[in-house]
Amino acid sequence: MDFRFDEDQELLQNTVREFLQTEVTPGSVRTLWETETGRSPELWKQLAEIGLPGLLVPEQHDGMGMGEEEMVLLIEEAGRAALAEPVIATAAVAVPLLAELGGALANEWLPKIAAGEAVVAVGHPVSPFVEDAHVADLLLLPDGTGALHAVTRDAADVTAQPSNDPSRRIATVEFDASESTRAAHGDEASRLLAAALDRGALACAAGALGVCDRLIGLAAEYAGERKQFGKPIGSFQAVKHMLANVKVKLEYARPLVQRAAHSVANDASARDVHVSMAKLAACEAATSGAKVALQAHGAIGYTWEQDLHLWMRRAWSFDHAWGRSPFHLGRVREALFTGALPIGPGTTFRGDA
Amino acid sequence: MDLDYSKDQQTFRADAREWLQQNVPATALESFDTAEGAKQHREWEARLNAGGWAMVPWPVEYGGRGANLLEWLIFEEEYYRAGAPKRINQNGIFLLGPTIMEYGTPEQKARFLPKMASSEEVWAQGWSEPNAGSDMANIQATAFRDGDHFVLNGQKTWASRGAFADWLFGMFRTDPESERHRGLTFILVPLDLPGITVRPIEQLDGLAGFAEVFFDDVRVPVEHQLGEQGKGWSVAMATAGFERGLMLRSPARFQATAKRLVELARLHVDSIEPSVRDEVTRCWIAAEAYTLDTHRTVSRLLADGKIGAEASLNKIFWSELDLRMHELALEILGDRGELRPEAPAAGDVGSWLDGYLFALSGPIYAGTNEIQRNIIAERILGLPR
Repeated sequence: MDFRFDEDQELLQNTVREFLQTEVTPGSVRTLWETETGRSPELWKQLAEIGLPGLLVPEQHDGMGMGEEEMVLLIEEAGRAALAEPVIATAAVAVPLLAELGGALANEWLPKIAAGEAVVAVGHPVSPFVEDAHVADLLLLPDGTGALHAVTRDAADVTAQPSNDPSRRIATVEFDASESTRAAHGDEASRLLAAALDRGALACAAGALGVCDRLIGLAAEYAGERKQFGKPIGSFQAVKHMLANVKVKLEYARPLVQRAAHSVANDASARDVHVSMAKLAACEAATSGAKVALQAHGAIGYTWEQDLHLWMRRAWSFDHAWGRSPFHLGRVREALFTGALPIGPGTTFRGDA
Repeated sequence: MDLDYSKDQQTFRADAREWLQQNVPATALESFDTAEGAKQHREWEARLNAGGWAMVPWPVEYGGRGANLLEWLIFEEEYYRAGAPKRINQNGIFLLGPTIMEYGTPEQKARFLPKMASSEEVWAQGWSEPNAGSDMANIQATAFRDGDHFVLNGQKTWASRGAFADWLFGMFRTDPESERHRGLTFILVPLDLPGITVRPIEQLDGLAGFAEVFFDDVRVPVEHQLGEQGKGWSVAMATAGFERGLMLRSPARFQATAKRLVELARLHVDSIEPSVRDEVTRCWIAAEAYTLDTHRTVSRLLADGKIGAEASLNKIFWSELDLRMHELALEILGDRGELRPEAPAAGDVGSWLDGYLFALSGPIYAGTNEIQRNIIAERILGLPR
């Protein structure tokens, strides 16, 4: 029993943090907001060079062959930097899905993803929208019968749905399902879709941790500098306490995300419940972080010009993607009230292996 | 990350479970804040000690089992799973004990720890004074040196377990010229010395859970000073860290309450609002989060890490979770939520009401949650004082 990330994992996290600190700035995020796709193929290629899109790609397909424990640490950094690239859609969700589908799909697309030459988006019944469909070379989509299809973008009808976050590009997608597009059906498709949902939700939870940490940092920095009544507003207890409350939420969401990553990586029996606990707690921390950081900034935080809202919008986006809070709360509630889950002292680490 | 228990850890759990199954009293003991209950709890502690389970993470020479912190968490899980009695000597074993381990001389360790582990000597805490509550640096009780003794004068209050304890620990001002945090010394005081008056105080639940303690020219040998003279504040901060963090409130306690709450909600599922089920679910998630966080901390400590200001995060989290769980239970019990267990119409109200009254003290003791929030803001987030 050792509930810690190891040194190599933390080293990898620091490398990505340093890269993103230099390459992704509020200015560069805003520049992308003004573009048609909101995405930068050059940045995506750079991310591929440090191994991000191919993190979960098996080594035989030219990837890093790592797992969800590493993935959550890197997506936390993506959240901290307010990175808009399709890391969750492609790296966290599509890659393991393609690897499980195997065959020609995996052989063709996994090496391209690892090389930063392809984006793959994934749809799921939990949401009517598909994130990053507008830039995807390949779409993995469910049909009305629960089967899973692989469709290239030119064969799909993609309608952009502008959202509250200019970094979150979502669309409704229509396509003609046929024998030739079908990649999986029946139990296999249900299993793959369930795994995709858990991976997407886990990634959002990880991103929300980074966003929340950044929001607290921005608010604490501002409150330490801004003076009213002759002193920094951060010296007032009302301001201190609301920021401390968010810090408590963040630090108790963190171990839930850490454990959920372990459960997804090891396909634990309570994987879905662990993921939902993590998504719920991390997104609540991030959305309350957004509110509190705005309040600490006051009117200046309410402007488009101030960068605070880059992270506020990321918090709201992570909350919406891959199952909103009521969905995840419902999954945990059902497991508790049907008695499906062993509970009480001594049960926390049962069935993790 | 390795989330499996080793063979040895599994054996440790099985041993603890077996011993507890055979030894935990079948009927609940009376509250240790009564004379009879205190006697029953001392007997239980003696039994626990004879079985070698009183203080599992301590070295064997001090009455412990020589286990590590992870095994201690396993023991705590089994202890709460078995519904074993509360620990009457928690001020000693969980707060002062670890502090003596860190600051005590070899003689002090040998003198105090074994009798603490066996609860032959039960400890009260003497933190607060009438004018030193949240503002603990305002301590006014004095201990001036006279030869090889300190002479103590002044008053402590809200001394938990003071009514039935044998010893008290606390800070006293040893330098008359000193102010605030400086010039304080951490002293261990036998409560049967001449000049000491203990006046029990009834708590919100009607029992004498704490006491006022008056010192009138009380002579205490200097070897009962813990840590350096005038450096009591840093010793006390270590004790407070244990109080706010994982020693005093191990996660199993809250997992046991969360489990009872879920079971209560399941039983009354047809009569409760959907929002109550949601809140119960959130509480259970929070209890798991606290458990996971504690395992994260213990993993770090086993790899030579340290605990700092983050103990304040713990204290806020467990105290507010405990209160929320009890509030919800009373809400589920509805009209019967105000009944004492002995009321004819009480049904399954159990101990929720007493638990609620106790949980209300959580955000107050060990440093109010407002003080904890200040610590988080200033020491972790770097906000100005």
